Amino acid sequence: MGKTLAEKILSHHAGHDVKSGEFAMVKVDFTYAHDGTAPLTVQQMEAMGIQKLNNPSQCAVFLDHAAPSPRLEHSNDHQSLRNFCRRTGAILFDIGEGVSHNIVSEKFARPGDLILGADSHTCTLGALAAFSTGMGSTDIAAAMAFGHTWMRVPESFGVFLRGAFPSGVYSKDLILHFIGEIGADGATYKALEFIGPALENLSVAARATISNMAIECGAKAGLFPSDALTRLFLREHGREHDYRELEPDADARYERKFQFDLSRLEPTVACPHFVDQVKPISQVERVNVAQVLIGTCTNGRLEDLHIAARFLKGRRVSPETRLIVTLSSKKVYLEALADGTLQTFLEAGGVLIGPGCGPCVGVHQGILADGEVCVGTQNRNFEGRMGNPKSFIYLSSPATAAATAIAGRLTDPREFL
Amino acid sequence: MKIKGKVWKFGHGITTDHIAPGRFFYLRSNLPEFAKHCFEDVRPDFISKVKPGDFVVGGENFGFGSSREHAPIMIKLCGIGAVLAKSYARIFFRNAINSGLPALILDTDQINDGDELEIDLGTGTLKNITTGREMTAPPLPPVMQAIIHEGGLVEHIKKHGRLKLD
Repeated sequence: MGKTLAEKILSHHAGHDVKSGEFAMVKVDFTYAHDGTAPLTVQQMEAMGIQKLNNPSQCAVFLDHAAPSPRLEHSNDHQSLRNFCRRTGAILFDIGEGVSHNIVSEKFARPGDLILGADSHTCTLGALAAFSTGMGSTDIAAAMAFGHTWMRVPESFGVFLRGAFPSGVYSKDLILHFIGEIGADGATYKALEFIGPALENLSVAARATISNMAIECGAKAGLFPSDALTRLFLREHGREHDYRELEPDADARYERKFQFDLSRLEPTVACPHFVDQVKPISQVERVNVAQVLIGTCTNGRLEDLHIAARFLKGRRVSPETRLIVTLSSKKVYLEALADGTLQTFLEAGGVLIGPGCGPCVGVHQGILADGEVCVGTQNRNFEGRMGNPKSFIYLSSPATAAATAIAGRLTDPREFL
Repeated sequence: MKIKGKVWKFGHGITTDHIAPGRFFYLRSNLPEFAKHCFEDVRPDFISKVKPGDFVVGGENFGFGSSREHAPIMIKLCGIGAVLAKSYARIFFRNAINSGLPALILDTDQINDGDELEIDLGTGTLKNITTGREMTAPPLPPVMQAIIHEGGLVEHIKKHGRLKLD
């Protein structure tokens, strides 16, 4: 019997063959935490009596959740994290550098790596054929200290993709549709493995949106094989030498198999207050929308911004609606600045904020008022997620979000094509 | 060890945002203060009425969403003796064990808000004093049993100087 991608990567890191269901001690290639979770990591490391990191060049701290700091409590945490990095040699990405997962994808993640992050959306790096998963602050403290962790090798679900997206439909619509079908706990403890001929047309950016949301159906990882598009992404980021071919065996055992024909999908949204409350946009009431959020770690890459800008070019955001744009990293910011995308957002009436997590996690920079509705390209719409339990969040693609910003109410992007 | 207490029953769909609301995340380095907002948006009376040894009882996929380990730590700081649910989100489950908070998998449809329970943490046996019903939770994998037995991951590492799988 062949191996799944998850079994291949975890076998390599265990130093011996492992199969799904087995427990193994595995070597970790890269470990990170951010200003939301790292303060507890530092505290737990001190409680464990750990002074030194196993390999500081494989550890990073990102200041992205409250950046720049809106409160003195965050400022003090930032200060102690900067000191931690100085003391231990862990790599610091200070405010303005961008969201952890996006920076790790640009600079560090390699096909075949095992990556841990103290954030549930660490699974984003599956887009580069890295087994990456989220853990709590204490597990991350131990992984930084010892360079390994224990893991149960997950069973995998095979998700076979064929066809091409129709106009106005994107990878965000696919992953929302999948989560709606399988449910918020449909893949708990499992690895999702996306395979099939449709991958030829799915860029690493499009894949990252899918991998990013694997956790929203409970999955431990959302993996893609590596291919010519992975190599292209690595080349564009100056590290083609990190490329390695990796795919599941043809006779890999999948606990469940799914098939999707991308050409049959429609623009799709997740309705309040759960990510699996999914409907095709044609079946959702055209509610008035007070705020639109474009960007975040889910859809804040250059390709996503180009999709949204295509709708906004030469148009104005509705006077009843605020448009907030947050990019995933400084690199993306500079590229979008150079090619005029940021100008398009500003001229359309959008507000640009620095790269980070603020509005999505309800910390600052876009907290909703009572009763307000937001349509956003982020990954979660839980009650209170954007800082107010009396507000309502719909999740969508950048195209649907842009069309909604123009119309002032939830709108099918195909109306503007 | 046997513990006894009253049930705080929560339904399905409890996220870590419900347990540890993001809008109070600025308190994350002051966990006793943060814990005063535990479950605030779901059960506003929880924090004022919870007693040491009480149980938090959930439904399916308890603790899904954000990886914030502050969630199980806050539940523990409220004095909760154990969490019971039909199923857990992966990260919350691992975080609960790492924090030394027992998390048992049980058919919680049979448990009602306010029930009085007695649980033997050694055997995973539950006696519902209110209804007379008895249940047993499946055992944890050995590595998690060792961690919870030692009081959490920090204590585990202090004791062994490393992560110990065997």
